[in-house]
Amino acid sequence: MDVVFLLHLLLVFMIIGAFITVEIKNMLSAVISIGAVGFTLSMAFLFLGAPDIAITQVIVEILSLILLIRATVNVDNVAIEEKGESVFHNRTALIFVGIILVFAWFAFQSLAPFGEPLMRVSDYYLNNGLIMVGATNFVTSVILDFRAYDTFGEAMVLFVSISGAFAILRRWKREQHKDFLRIDREH
Amino acid sequence: MKKEKQSGMTFIVKTITNLIIGFMLVFGAYIVLYGHITPGGGFPGGVMIALAYILVTLAYGRRVVESMISGVTGSIADDIGALVILILGFIGLYIGGTFLFNFLPKGTPFKLFSAGYIIIYNLAIMLKVGMSLYIVFLALAILQRVVTTRDETKEDKK
Repeated sequence: MDVVFLLHLLLVFMIIGAFITVEIKNMLSAVISIGAVGFTLSMAFLFLGAPDIAITQVIVEILSLILLIRATVNVDNVAIEEKGESVFHNRTALIFVGIILVFAWFAFQSLAPFGEPLMRVSDYYLNNGLIMVGATNFVTSVILDFRAYDTFGEAMVLFVSISGAFAILRRWKREQHKDFLRIDREH
Repeated sequence: MKKEKQSGMTFIVKTITNLIIGFMLVFGAYIVLYGHITPGGGFPGGVMIALAYILVTLAYGRRVVESMISGVTGSIADDIGALVILILGFIGLYIGGTFLFNFLPKGTPFKLFSAGYIIIYNLAIMLKVGMSLYIVFLALAILQRVVTTRDETKEDKK
């Protein structure tokens, strides 16, 4: 079977899953269907020949599913009520999506066709990566040697976000609230 | 009843967790250490190690996992990971003239110690990512416990 046909099948499945996620009333079912979308995306990465990003996608999808299910399972599973002005919101969203699609049509004309990427920089990495770095996994040699500064920045993004999370969820400020303190003593 | 619910899940889940936890940790370490030879690297391996401890948190409850790695220890390991990357960058700046220069010998390909400083970089990213995601999960667990107990006391008042 052709790889492109399989990719189209996976893409259709992902679009159906995304529609179910938006339209379904139960919050837990929405979380499960967005998990299905994520796992399908990792299969698409495998068919495109990118095992590195497929592994990362599977594992991060599991983690985010655990977090989302833990966040929604104890909350009352009531969907957001439809308001009267939703017609106006839908029209605005449709107009914006239409404008973006028109511009994307012109933008995609200038891209390289599918399956024939531009190999100007990649050729240099593929030819010199084994000599200059010594790593047989070229993805690692790109992200940890040629583009090591980018990876450094990504790690620091995580560091800053953890600092922000701890600044919000800190304990010593919560002690001032008598409400929280009483509950902590009870247990 | 309430105390049993807070101390974790059922006996089945705990047994499966005992069986599977070693495999998860070993596979995470494998993905990190062989990241420059086979697909993988510090990020997926670190998330996998964080997932192993999150599984313990879900199965046994927060007290057990905090006796293994407390929040303070995890945050110190997180900072050590960030510091190691920074120190690697400055050593490269001192030796090679550019930030994050690959200063270690390259070695022969397909060997574990090849590719220069990439293995240290991967280990630092593993500490960074794994411990920070684990700490986020612990913080969310603490917050959720406070919120749910608050809701329960409100319902009791009603």
